Amino acid sequence: MKELMSGNMAIARGAYEAGVTVGVGYPGTPSTEVLENFARYPGIYAQWSPNEKVALEVGIGASLGGARVLVTMKHVGVNVAADPLFTLSYTGVNGGLVLLSADDPSMHSSQNEQDNRYYALMSKIPCLEPSSSQEAKDMMAAALDISERFDTPVMLRTTTRVSHSQSMVEIGERKEHELKEYNKNPQKYVMTPANARGRRRVLEERLRKLQEYAEKSPLNFVHEGDGEVGVITSGISYQYVREVLPGASVLKLGITNPLPENLIRRFASRVTKLIVVEELEPFLETQIKAMGIKVIGKEYLPKIGELNPRRLAEALQNAGIKVSDRYQAAGWLVKEKAPAVPPRPPVLCPGCPHRAAFYVLSKLKLTVTGDIGCYTLGSLSPLSAMDTCVCMGASVGMAHGMALANSSMKDKTVAVIGDSTFLHSGVTGLMDMVYNGGSSTVIILDNRTTAMTGHQDHPATGRTLMGRPAQEVDLEALVKALGVKRVQVVDPVDIDNFEQVVKEEVSAPEPSVIIARRPCALLSKEPRAAVTVDPELCIGCRLCLKLGCPALSIQDGAAQVNTILCSGCGLCVQVCKQGAIVKGGRDNA
Amino acid sequence: MLKPFDVMLVGVGGQGTLLATKVLAKAAQKKGYDIKVSEIKGMAQRGGSVVSQVRLAEKVHSPLITEGGADVILSFEKLEALRWLEYLKPGGTIIINNQSINPVPVLTGAAEYPSGVVEYIREKVNNTKVVNALETAVNCGSARTANVVLLGVLARYMPIEKETWLEALEEVVPDKFKKVNNSAFAAGYTI
Ligand SMILES: Cc1ncc(C[n+]2csc(CCOP(=O)(O)OP(=O)(O)O)c2C)c(N)n1
Repeated sequence: MKELMSGNMAIARGAYEAGVTVGVGYPGTPSTEVLENFARYPGIYAQWSPNEKVALEVGIGASLGGARVLVTMKHVGVNVAADPLFTLSYTGVNGGLVLLSADDPSMHSSQNEQDNRYYALMSKIPCLEPSSSQEAKDMMAAALDISERFDTPVMLRTTTRVSHSQSMVEIGERKEHELKEYNKNPQKYVMTPANARGRRRVLEERLRKLQEYAEKSPLNFVHEGDGEVGVITSGISYQYVREVLPGASVLKLGITNPLPENLIRRFASRVTKLIVVEELEPFLETQIKAMGIKVIGKEYLPKIGELNPRRLAEALQNAGIKVSDRYQAAGWLVKEKAPAVPPRPPVLCPGCPHRAAFYVLSKLKLTVTGDIGCYTLGSLSPLSAMDTCVCMGASVGMAHGMALANSSMKDKTVAVIGDSTFLHSGVTGLMDMVYNGGSSTVIILDNRTTAMTGHQDHPATGRTLMGRPAQEVDLEALVKALGVKRVQVVDPVDIDNFEQVVKEEVSAPEPSVIIARRPCALLSKEPRAAVTVDPELCIGCRLCLKLGCPALSIQDGAAQVNTILCSGCGLCVQVCKQGAIVKGGRDNA
Repeated sequence: MLKPFDVMLVGVGGQGTLLATKVLAKAAQKKGYDIKVSEIKGMAQRGGSVVSQVRLAEKVHSPLITEGGADVILSFEKLEALRWLEYLKPGGTIIINNQSINPVPVLTGAAEYPSGVVEYIREKVNNTKVVNALETAVNCGSARTANVVLLGVLARYMPIEKETWLEALEEVVPDKFKKVNNSAFAAGYTI
């Protein structure tokens, strides 16, 4: 039976069919749906961990315990999990372990576009790259086999277009995988220097064997073409190549670490012109050039952003290569003298509690070291209330660092961090600040969920990925245990009070934490009536527009409420100095 | 030999483009097409611009449609029609739902919602079809079925039979909304 599936659904299916019993990860676009889908299959266990490092460590334990394991994360998650990863490469596995790294070329939902194939190269583990949902499913199973056969973790590397595009997948049956026995083996699992030196040699030997394997594996295959133009490619780029150069010979690498050198040499010798087509970094290209093979590559192909058939066709044409008719001419409609199209940026939802917090921070003109989540949208106009966003957890350390550098910034700086992000990697930053005598204020925007990536549970929500009730982290008690004495829990939507509390804590000469607690507007179920505007009282001052709420606008000199969008949170009611906006009201359903 | 056909559905988060894409893909699957669907949906709930690309052929490679590639663009909103206009194939058809949804920069006064969008597109594209899906949907009994009305309009331009569409629709929408969705589709089909 065939089903239309996204790459992420297919990976989950592949893991299920191949007998994986433990799935662990931390959410992050474009990886999130893998574990969410996997969790729905019978006879398996799946969990969110507080961060990627912990997720991988749980995965390593499960593998040593004998299970087949899938660990999922987005590309930057591997930065967090890199420490266990590099030494896991030394210890190897017991049950097969696959690490899914979902990369995001073009940064559709990310802070950078690092190419994680280098992690596979650097940690000396195999890397598999699917180009469609069917391949994603098949490679998941292949990766587990490789993992067990060669005693190594395997990276399955997707990109947004592979993870999120849907294509047809042949569904199979689950094959139960027998739990492997755990055998104590300190030389293999205790990486003291002496033992690690022994494993270091095993690593090289393993890579050599993996290369031999890659020479013959059907995951690396040649699509025969005319022999004039030859292309070496991997991942989604393969699909673009087939589209734009239908006549070319293509060496499609499913295994991109280690590279099958002999296969590449044979292929290169058969074609007149050899091109390497890959997104982002010249990962294959550099290595192929180092083999002494002449190729066309990044001098024509873009390094920045994802490819598509059009970009590829342009680059190839610049390199003097003929592309398929469809992609030859720029024969499309050009919007000459068109009306200007304003952008439609994502915005905080109507009723979002983050809006209230940023309205106050903007009003107080504070320097705000920020973090990653829905609340990063607070950096956009008109709220414009966030100064920095680097990586998850960075806000806390950065606020402390700013105050260290310039003591006059002490009373003007706050760190803002989401609940999921705080538990991911904000706790250690706060510990650092308290320990080292800092006095910054940290605002935890506790909307009781991981909203950005689609409302995943985390250790403070009281529920697990499999829907079971769980012990909740007590955030107040946690920050107090770190040594923070000033801790206040407030509702940010009560903006006067929130403002008062922020002022108090920012000026306090010791570290403080404000927990701004109100559930995400998309989670609250009870419908509330939209607010109404009294046109007699509204003077059209536009103050309410400073909230950047999509339900508010000014028409004919007076505020207007979109009653379909309005959530009735009442923030604008508090902001309006004329008392022109009121909660509930006559013309609301 | 199935006729290759590329469709883009563009709109604003919350307008129901994702459900419409699902029905379209299901109908194409019944017809025996190979299918690739590409969506960037991370921000779909946050009021951003949303795009679904659906490619149909005997064998589809790229999941992406590029400039000048779409046989039909189905736009759920006027401004989005203009935003994605370059993606229309020369000689292709654009269906525009005659509705404006102001982006936040317009709401806050930082930008203006352009006037004359439909006129501009009509001038550039011979096959421009403008419909009032919201009104039709309300007449059918639910404003929420505007997306299905638009699917009905789209169906007329695609190499897939009406019966196939209706089967797909029934499989995708929940039982209790079947009746209203069927009539919304039928209304769109006859516009
Ligand atoms: C290392 C890393 N892992 C995952 C992500 C993806 N990601 C960005 S923000 C975020 C969590 C957001 O949750 P929270 O802090 O609770 O804020 P909210 O979106 O709920 O406002 C995640 C998972 C990332 N950017 N970096």
